[in-house]
Amino acid sequence: MKTRTKTTVFLLLTAGLIAVGSISSLLRVTQLRAHSTLTDVLFIPSAKAVKRMSLGYTGLLADIYWTRAVQYFGSHHVVQAQEYDLLSPLLDITVTLDPKLEPAYKFGAIFLAQKPPAGAGRPDLAVEFVERGIREFPYDWHLYFHLGFIEYIERHDYIAAAKAFERGARVPKANPLLKVLAANMRQHGGDRQTARLLWQNVYESNPNKDIQENALEHLAALRYDEQLERIIGRVEAATAKLGHTPSDWQEVVAAGFLRAIPIDPKGRPLLLMPDGRVQYSRPDDFPFIQLGLPKNRQLDIAAPPQ
Amino acid sequence: MSRILAVAFNTYREAVRDRVLYNLIVFALLIVGSALLFGQISLEIERIVLINMGLTSISIFGIVISIFIGIGLVWKEIERRTLYTVLAHPVRRWEFIFGKYLGLLGTLTLNALLMAVGFFAALLYLSHTFSRPDLYILVAIYFILLQFMMMTAVAMLYSTYSSPLLSSIFAFSTFVIGTFSEDLHNFAAASQGATKWIMTAVAYIVPNFSSLNVVSQVAHGTPVLGALVLQNTVYAFTYSVVLLLCAAAVFENRNFK
Repeated sequence: MKTRTKTTVFLLLTAGLIAVGSISSLLRVTQLRAHSTLTDVLFIPSAKAVKRMSLGYTGLLADIYWTRAVQYFGSHHVVQAQEYDLLSPLLDITVTLDPKLEPAYKFGAIFLAQKPPAGAGRPDLAVEFVERGIREFPYDWHLYFHLGFIEYIERHDYIAAAKAFERGARVPKANPLLKVLAANMRQHGGDRQTARLLWQNVYESNPNKDIQENALEHLAALRYDEQLERIIGRVEAATAKLGHTPSDWQEVVAAGFLRAIPIDPKGRPLLLMPDGRVQYSRPDDFPFIQLGLPKNRQLDIAAPPQ
Repeated sequence: MSRILAVAFNTYREAVRDRVLYNLIVFALLIVGSALLFGQISLEIERIVLINMGLTSISIFGIVISIFIGIGLVWKEIERRTLYTVLAHPVRRWEFIFGKYLGLLGTLTLNALLMAVGFFAALLYLSHTFSRPDLYILVAIYFILLQFMMMTAVAMLYSTYSSPLLSSIFAFSTFVIGTFSEDLHNFAAASQGATKWIMTAVAYIVPNFSSLNVVSQVAHGTPVLGALVLQNTVYAFTYSVVLLLCAAAVFENRNFK
């Protein structure tokens, strides 16, 4: 072997060994960082300052901030976070840099509106954000739909929801469903059928898998609430007939109001509480349900749509 | 004219031999390719990310090349003393400046076209087909070329009387200020008295790069007005010619002894 070849082999082997050491130390650093208390920081909170610093390349920077907002939401959503402090500033910077980034308004509003841990739990900010989007895209009926959706589902403000759907229905080429939804809001307030229509539309009009999954979970929750409502009705009927709250399911079955002990969608028996409430044994398995929750958690839930 | 073209051709030949240039092009193409991956970790903006990232890369790398090669064009000739050989031929100093400028501009145009081919290949990969809004992207690329035209003239002007280090600082600062030109106009409009006049003068002196940046607009498929294309072309052309004439005037009066 020539001297030059030997030197080359020696250098490459040394480089390989050092690279192994470098990678192992990096792995150690990653482990250490995972246990540290790293907090979320937005180094430049001012949207205007970020815009000034972009040197005119605002489009690319807006894409980066939007991606950061999506990643921030996703990482918090996965760990069932209760706080999404940076979400609103990130979205604000995104649309300040690129006011025409339509997906940011549509999805950002949903991220902001939903209750934690599904979202930031700030429907007020979500409404402001969608209105900002409507100012940029006054002829996009989807944004009015999102506005009405948030007013109805998150704020339970049926009049505001009806107004939003009516505004959207006036947009040329708007989905005819908006007129139906507006009329439903005016007539029935918030019934479960309207909620189902809304979530069905979200599912059908969004190609994004995460959004579709979220809509399916809501549709399932509505179905579970409906089923549970029937069971609650049977328990109430049994209570009226027996003259006292049934002590267990056997008593309700014996009274002829149920054929068997009712089970939840996962096949586990439902719980009949001493005060007559019907409750899931593991309510966390069924996200977005409004019935069948433990008593202490019912306080956080707004009145279910009737 | 033939003398200017001869200088331009030699400048182009010299520039394309520079390996740094190829590294920058490869790097820019890599960034365009990575935009495809970047779009996937975002939500619903794959195409917008590709257009923004692709056009921004073409613009930034072109600006960097125009500054760093532009500032050395005249200085290198003086430093290597090849300028004396050139000027010993029947080539006038202003012809030398214009030739150098055209040579670099040709190189930048070729680079931009190469990067644009890579960018459109990535766009085709993502969209599977071209549509009408893709034509607007061509307008954005044309505007980027106009930016190069102005930026090269700026770098040339500085390089005629200053060292490469100072020229690069001046040229980069001019680029940064140029991106704020619309803010300068707004500031001038909001000011009063002498400040208003000074700010108005500054706003018109610095190159207006804001009006040449339509990247975001075309990323959303919004058409660019024909009048804007025409006015920007006239503006970039006249601004560059004025700077080149100034550069030629400075160079005519430089004493190389």
